[in-house]
This record gives sequence, structure tokens and C-alpha cells, in this order.
Amino acid sequence: MEYLNIFLTETYKILFLLLPVLTSVALIVWLDRRVWAFVQKRKGPNVVGPFGLLQSLADALKYIFKEIIIPASANKVIFILAPIVTMTLALVAWAVIPFSETLVLADINVGILYLFAISSLGVYGIIMGGWASNSKYPFLGAIRSAAQMVSYEVSIGIIIINVLLCVGSLNLNDIVTAQKNIWFILPLFPMFVIFFISALAETNRPPFDLPEAEAELVAGYQTEYSGMMYAMFWLGEYANILLMCALGSILFLGGWLPPLETYPFNLISGPFWLIFKILLLFILFSLVKAIVPRYRYDQLMKLGWKIFLPFSLIWVVLTSGYLLYFNLLPK
Amino acid sequence: MKISRILKTLFMADFIKGLAIAIKEIFKSKKTINYPFEKGKISPRARGEHALRRYPNGEERCIACKLCEAVCPAQAITIESMERPDGSRKTKRYDIDMLKCIYCGLCEESCPVDAIVQGPNFEFATETREELYYNKEKLLENGDRWETVLAANIKADNPYR
Repeated sequence: MEYLNIFLTETYKILFLLLPVLTSVALIVWLDRRVWAFVQKRKGPNVVGPFGLLQSLADALKYIFKEIIIPASANKVIFILAPIVTMTLALVAWAVIPFSETLVLADINVGILYLFAISSLGVYGIIMGGWASNSKYPFLGAIRSAAQMVSYEVSIGIIIINVLLCVGSLNLNDIVTAQKNIWFILPLFPMFVIFFISALAETNRPPFDLPEAEAELVAGYQTEYSGMMYAMFWLGEYANILLMCALGSILFLGGWLPPLETYPFNLISGPFWLIFKILLLFILFSLVKAIVPRYRYDQLMKLGWKIFLPFSLIWVVLTSGYLLYFNLLPK
Repeated sequence: MKISRILKTLFMADFIKGLAIAIKEIFKSKKTINYPFEKGKISPRARGEHALRRYPNGEERCIACKLCEAVCPAQAITIESMERPDGSRKTKRYDIDMLKCIYCGLCEESCPVDAIVQGPNFEFATETREELYYNKEKLLENGDRWETVLAANIKADNPYR
């Protein structure tokens, strides 16, 4: 009985987290298309529901009723598993995101490590999808995607080390509270820029959307997918983007902290500040999608390994040197 | 590389400029038309759905000369003629296969009596193929329904013919 009780409360908590996340993923797809359209002087989806807010719901319904086609030469089990893995990993990571001091599903000590591990695992969904399709475009897309995500993960890892040096803890709540005096975006601004660009590459967003470069690879690793399986890849992708925005706002923009601890700002509670910051970052994501052309593949690799990696490594040395010299290292 | 170029790359000057332009564009008025509710302006020359016109007294214009049938590059038009009891030459049958038609407008151009015309209506999609095999009744009905617009369009386009 006791076990059942614990099980039920935990399930309730998970649902309480997952449903808003999934809803916001649906809304964020709409927002993405809207912002993109507005930059191009179009109106974007505005017919289904008020301002077209229900567009994603209509799309999802369409996907559910479409036939799932599995290629004859595909490896069935892995083919079906791939979108499930992608989406599960994208959602599982939300467990450690703190929405306020107490509002966090799993307040574990190594939260950032967990996040990093989960987002690295995200490559598997894509590789499995590309490999199991047994077709050339998904295969090439998967190879590109794997190489890209692995190389940018390295620079993200080193950027996170920069932040951790200033915090002295791997707990995400500690990272947020450490920014009480000053958000890390100010002292670590170059790191924020590199984090943002790496996050774009990590989530396969333009200008780094080479895995699904439609001109050369049809739709990359998603080419053979249809119906709900395709929609799950899609959901996973956007959940990942949202997660990267959340990570960016926790590491650099003070998470659930208001900009100033004074009267008009602390009226609004923590979760809303976090959501506001995530939205801000996401709008930047969509604006970037609207204005940049796609990188060539060798340029992408060069940017990751030859520029971002050494630059963030130098910054680690600078940060740690600064902290040591002025005796600011966290206890 | 020049120093200025390096600085530009380092501080992402071009990217920031692009971002500023993008944000400016967001607040400009949109070019999109809410299609089924709003429609764009159509030229009087637009070559849409076909129609057979009548004279104001209700008599069919078509004299079954078969010029349109001869000129039609897609051979979409089929005409059979007959002599009516009053001695006038009229069509017994006038069919257009709208699926074969390439909407080139040559039938309209060849017609000596402005009988067959292409109107401004382009929204005549159907759910079956059969519905797009137009016969004489359908074409005449189209003509009756669109007559005011068709007459106005022919008048407007007349100086350029």
C-alpha cells in the first residue's frame, strides 16, 4: 500500500511536469513558425483556433491518422525504437530543471552532469533512425548529425566547466542561487554566445541543420519515417530545443531569479521568470533560423573544433586564473 | 585577412546587423492575403473556367463554326453541329474536357462571336473526374451566372485586343 502511494504521487508529479512541457512544445512549434513567418512578412499559421494557436494540435491529429510505413529492408525493431528513444530522452531531461527553489522533480546533486549525459544520449535516437532505415539519405544524415552533435557537445561541456568554476556545485538549484548578485551572462558573455551557437548546432537548428539539409539529403534521418513516428522525432527535436533554452537560462540568465530583487520584479514568482527567459531565448532561436544561411559541412566542423573548442578552453584558464588571483573560488 | 575583417567576425557584426533587420521586418505590415476570406485582384484577361455566352435576348451566341475545336492545342473541345428548324446553325453538342484543357485562351481568341470565353473563376475543383467533363448545359449555365463579369471584362480588355 505504501509503495503504491509513493508510485502514485511520483506518477502525479511526473504528469504535472510532462503535460505542461508537451503543451509548451506544441505551442513553441507554433511560435517558431509564426516568428519565422513574421520576419519574412508572412502571417504564418493563423487559422486553427485563436491566432492559430491550435495549429500544432491539428498537425498532431493529422499525423496520428496517417499510415506508418516501415520500409521492407529496414531493421524493424530499431526503426520503431529510434523515435521513441529520441522523444523519451528529450523529456526525461526535464526532471532536473528547477522551476523554483522547491519546484523541481529530482533535485539531484549532479543535475548538470545528468543533463549533459542525457543530451549526449540524444545522438543515439538519430543514429538508430538513420542506420535502421537502410537507405542512403537517412544514413548520410545520421552520420552528419552524429559527428556534429558530438563535436559541439565538447565545447558545451567546457562552457559548462566555466560556469561550474564560478559556482562550485553541480546542483542546478545551486547554480541558480549563485547568480543572486550577478547573472553569469555579464562576466561570461563570450561563453554565453558560444553556448548559444553550440546549442543551435546541438539541436540541429539552422544554420547547422545539415543532417536534414533538404537540398541534398531530402529530410536526413527522418526521410523514411511517416505518421506518428515522424511526429515523435519532431516533438523530441522541439523538446530538446526547449531544454537547451532552459539550460541556457539556468546557466547564464539566472534561472528562476527575477532580474532585480526589488519591488516590481519579485511580484512575479520564479517559474514565470524561468518561462519568460526560455521564451526569450527561443525567440532568438527562431530569429536566427530566419536570417542565416546553412553552413557548409567542413565549415561547421572547423567552427566547432578549431574555433569554439580552443576559445572556450582559453576562457577556462582565464576564469580559473581570475578566480584564483582574486581569491574568489567558491568554498 | 585584414584587422577590420577579423574584428567583424569576432564580434559577429554582420549577424547582429541581420538580427536588427529581422526585428525591424517583424513589425512591418504583412503581405499575406487570408485567401479563402480575402482574394487578390484578378486581371480582366485572366483565363479561368470556361463559359458559353448568350445574346441579351437569350439566344446562344455559338454558331458551331468549330474554330475553337480546330485551334485547341489539347484537343479538349468536341462540337457537333445541327440545323435548327428556323434555319440557323447551332451546336448539338459542345463538350470541354477541363482535365485536358491547358487554359491557353486560344478558343476565346479564335471565337468570331465571343461565345466561348474564359472567366475569372478559378475555384472549380471537384471531387470526381466526371464532374470536370463539361457539357453544353454546364457551359451555358456558367455563362448565365458570370455574364455581368464576363461582359465587363471583355469591355475592359477590348482596347488591347
